[in-house]
Amino acid sequence: MRLAGDSAAWRAFWRNPSALVGLTLVALVVLAALFANVIAPYPSHAGPVGDFAAMSAGPSAQYLLGTDTIGRDLLSRLIFAYRLSLEMAIVVLAIATPIGVTVGLLGGYLGPVSSYALMRLTDVFLAIPPLVLAMSITGFLAPSAIHGMMAITAMWWPWYARLAYNLTRAEKQEGYVLAAETVGASTPHILFREILPNCMPAILTKMTIDVGFVILIASSMSFLGLGAQAPTPDLGSMVADGARYMPDAWWLTAFPALAILIVVMGFNLLGDGLREAADARD
Amino acid sequence: MPPLLRALIHRLVASLVVLVGVSMLMFAIARVIPGDPARIALGPNATEAQVQALRHERRLDQPIPIQYWEYMRELVRGNLGNSLYSNRPVRVDIAQYLPATLELIFAAGVLMTLIGLPVGVLSARYRGGWGDHLGRTGSIPAFVWAVILQLMFAYLWRLFPIEGRLTAALAPPPTVTGFLLVDSVLAGDGRVFFDALHHLALPALALAMAGIGQTSRLTRASMVETYRKPFIEMAHAYGFSESKIARRYAFRPALTPVLTILGLDIAALLGNAFLVESVFGWPGLSHYGVEVILHKDLDAIVGTVLIIATAFLIANIVVDLLVALVNPRIRFAGDRS
Repeated sequence: MRLAGDSAAWRAFWRNPSALVGLTLVALVVLAALFANVIAPYPSHAGPVGDFAAMSAGPSAQYLLGTDTIGRDLLSRLIFAYRLSLEMAIVVLAIATPIGVTVGLLGGYLGPVSSYALMRLTDVFLAIPPLVLAMSITGFLAPSAIHGMMAITAMWWPWYARLAYNLTRAEKQEGYVLAAETVGASTPHILFREILPNCMPAILTKMTIDVGFVILIASSMSFLGLGAQAPTPDLGSMVADGARYMPDAWWLTAFPALAILIVVMGFNLLGDGLREAADARD
Repeated sequence: MPPLLRALIHRLVASLVVLVGVSMLMFAIARVIPGDPARIALGPNATEAQVQALRHERRLDQPIPIQYWEYMRELVRGNLGNSLYSNRPVRVDIAQYLPATLELIFAAGVLMTLIGLPVGVLSARYRGGWGDHLGRTGSIPAFVWAVILQLMFAYLWRLFPIEGRLTAALAPPPTVTGFLLVDSVLAGDGRVFFDALHHLALPALALAMAGIGQTSRLTRASMVETYRKPFIEMAHAYGFSESKIARRYAFRPALTPVLTILGLDIAALLGNAFLVESVFGWPGLSHYGVEVILHKDLDAIVGTVLIIATAFLIANIVVDLLVALVNPRIRFAGDRS
């Protein structure tokens, strides 16, 4: 299931309406996060100070999505929260994927003893429900965005180890691996130059979907107070703070919740579209 | 020995190995982190001598492997250490809070299956319909569901209580299982039963909603896969009715992968329970877990995680047994080999 450079797969992708919706949502979120300073109507409201003359104001022409209890523009804070969320997701996946994939490749290719040891190690991490593991690690440290990232990375790599393990087990039987072994290629060469490139489409698809899920887990943690601390804008803690002023200041909860839905669903649809396009080719 | 029993014993041993691994992992994280647990426990105002005394009492001045050995010796006796947050043994705390969480998760699991399976089956039969899009509800985190449901049904329409497990004026039934629904039936107390059910409805639904999307999508995928099999084609050729094919032939084979995934969903339920319990003030283990995490209560965190991991492993073994019951090929596989 190779995607890059395959025109049939790309045609399938461009003809899939839900994939295009996903792509649009993702593009909007990424652009907003990248150019937060330019796009946000009140960039300074990402900090602790807002407009004290307009506290807890509902949506209006001046403040499109309303203001919070100390008069900070909700739209600006959401845009900056997207920036933090995407940063977290990228850092988590950039660390968790190489670790997990390496463990999975080794586990799938090496002999039964090291394979057993590596995969039982993976099982230990998978035996703890993901959110519980991430929260308890943050609990041992101290609640902050950095520690949240470390904790989520620690719970995320085993899923890539599982994926790479299963892929490697299948690829190991292929002729090109046998050929490489026959000409005496080194194990690192076979793992990273022969097998890994053939696993990349599946790994990249999972990474796309996972961007949304990392953001979901991170916002769940900050909802409980285990993520970024005030005054940093964060999707989860904004929902938590807003829920205290329900139902009067409904916009404080409704819009951050909607923002989470948009980003998670965007990456979800995009990832599904990529997978279906890759499948369409096979 | 029957193959099912042998497989069960094999799974139990493997789970025990994983649990020992979990305890090592949690212990390692708890002890390796920067900061002195004794200092954290006593707070910044304690004198150096007091900290030293606590370090000695809790064996924190000894090498980590010896500390782990001592911890495991206590663990085998059922002692999980003491909570600094509640000033009670962690075991007592967990025994008090666990049933509420299990009751909530069980109710949510039932709701998730009762809604997710039919939606999945129907959306496989009517592909491209509204049911297909319901699968996207998995993109809404559990805490958003909890907040939305609480706002609508508890604050605005006042149909359900806002939080808690039981109206304060009602006396809880004598504790037998810790499950209020079961205990109230045992005590023959109808008012408590319906009050508890009334309190349970919203949190259970919030918890279930986060998983319904995934359950229905997987059921759908599995049904679609099954419909492509030759035996369905044959059933069509025989002229059986659509509904008979769905019920009699397609559903059961499609159930096997779905059940396996339900096992994984339990992990999501256990994790999301932290969020839902915190919104609805549900006095369960997850609520306790959040409190001890925020208070850096090390023994209580390790104990809670160990119990949750155990519950997860047991749930998965139960799911595997169910799979074996549904699927005769797995049930009798041992006889042929």
